[in-house]
Amino acid sequence: MMTTDPDTSFLSPLAAVDASAYRGLRARLAEEAARDGILDVAYRTIDTPVGELLLAATERGLVRVAYPAEGHDAVLSVLAGQVSPRVLHAPARLDAAARELDEYFTRAREAFGLGLDLRLAHGFRRTVLEHLTQIGYGTTASYGAVAAAAGSPAAVRAVGTACARNPLPVVIPCHRVVRGDGSIGQYVGGAEAKRALLDLEAA
Amino acid sequence: MRLHDVSVKPFEQVVDEHGPAVLRACRAILSPADADDAWSETFLAALRAYPQLRPGSNVRAWLVTIAHRKAIDRYRAMARAPVPAGTLPAQLERPGRRGTIDPPAAYGIPTEPDTRLRDAVRALPPKQRAAVAYHYLADLPYREVGKLLGTSEAAARRSAADGIAALRNSYQPETTP
Repeated sequence: MMTTDPDTSFLSPLAAVDASAYRGLRARLAEEAARDGILDVAYRTIDTPVGELLLAATERGLVRVAYPAEGHDAVLSVLAGQVSPRVLHAPARLDAAARELDEYFTRAREAFGLGLDLRLAHGFRRTVLEHLTQIGYGTTASYGAVAAAAGSPAAVRAVGTACARNPLPVVIPCHRVVRGDGSIGQYVGGAEAKRALLDLEAA
Repeated sequence: MRLHDVSVKPFEQVVDEHGPAVLRACRAILSPADADDAWSETFLAALRAYPQLRPGSNVRAWLVTIAHRKAIDRYRAMARAPVPAGTLPAQLERPGRRGTIDPPAAYGIPTEPDTRLRDAVRALPPKQRAAVAYHYLADLPYREVGKLLGTSEAAARRSAADGIAALRNSYQPETTP
């Protein structure tokens, strides 16, 4: 037979978890996971002029940069499914990426020297990304020109798709790809962010 | 690798949802330093095994079960560890015969009410201590508590009730030291 639970309010002091000590434990978990080689995806966010960017890296390199519009939680869920569910907030692995992006946004850097993990892009999309890195700082190319450079001049729409699904926007400069008529075209971070990046590079 | 499976949560979210509850349970059954180590070991082990966790598993019960094993390891290590002569801190950590820790108060050390409550919980017999910690502090249903203690739901409920009754007798929060 069951009785109702006794009054256990006197236990409430034990329910308190000191916030700073707990943050310390979370940081320790991230460190130990990295040390043991089981931190498959580390991530952090950074504030930039085009919004808060999510940065995620595997042991191979930077694997994802995401705008707020993509939904950071949704992006992390996709990473958990497509890369590994061993995902932790672990800023240390993203230190270099955060620094280089900060330099880029303060116009102290024109090219990134980061290790990249392109596993989220396959086939033609990956070929397109590799060509995007050749569009220099402060310049633009048309979707058609990128298609031609990638060896498929007719694949203009596919280039558009590859840009829209670029897993590493800003770092792989899909914002430098504009329409043949000179108009700015679409962007994963929104047309405003694309304009902001092009203005930043033109200044 | 689970390609295109978005049903699996990023581990960070698992820590968000269950980390504080597991830490409360660890802190109730172990000294603060041991509790922090047990929590870290638990989540590191869980992170390692996480990709193999069966979908639909009770994640809270899984984590508390790991923490329970880590706590048992620590009690065993404490029981084995030689006690260096003349060092009071080691004495404080020395477990009693049933794997319980003698409370600092037993050594005449004044303690805060919180500390006295923690000491009282740690002084409970193992099953009562575990049932109180896992049900009341980690919010685990009695059915899951029973499973991880190798007893029935009813027995787990009884252990928790006995533990609460014992704590009422040994710990009076209105009395200040």
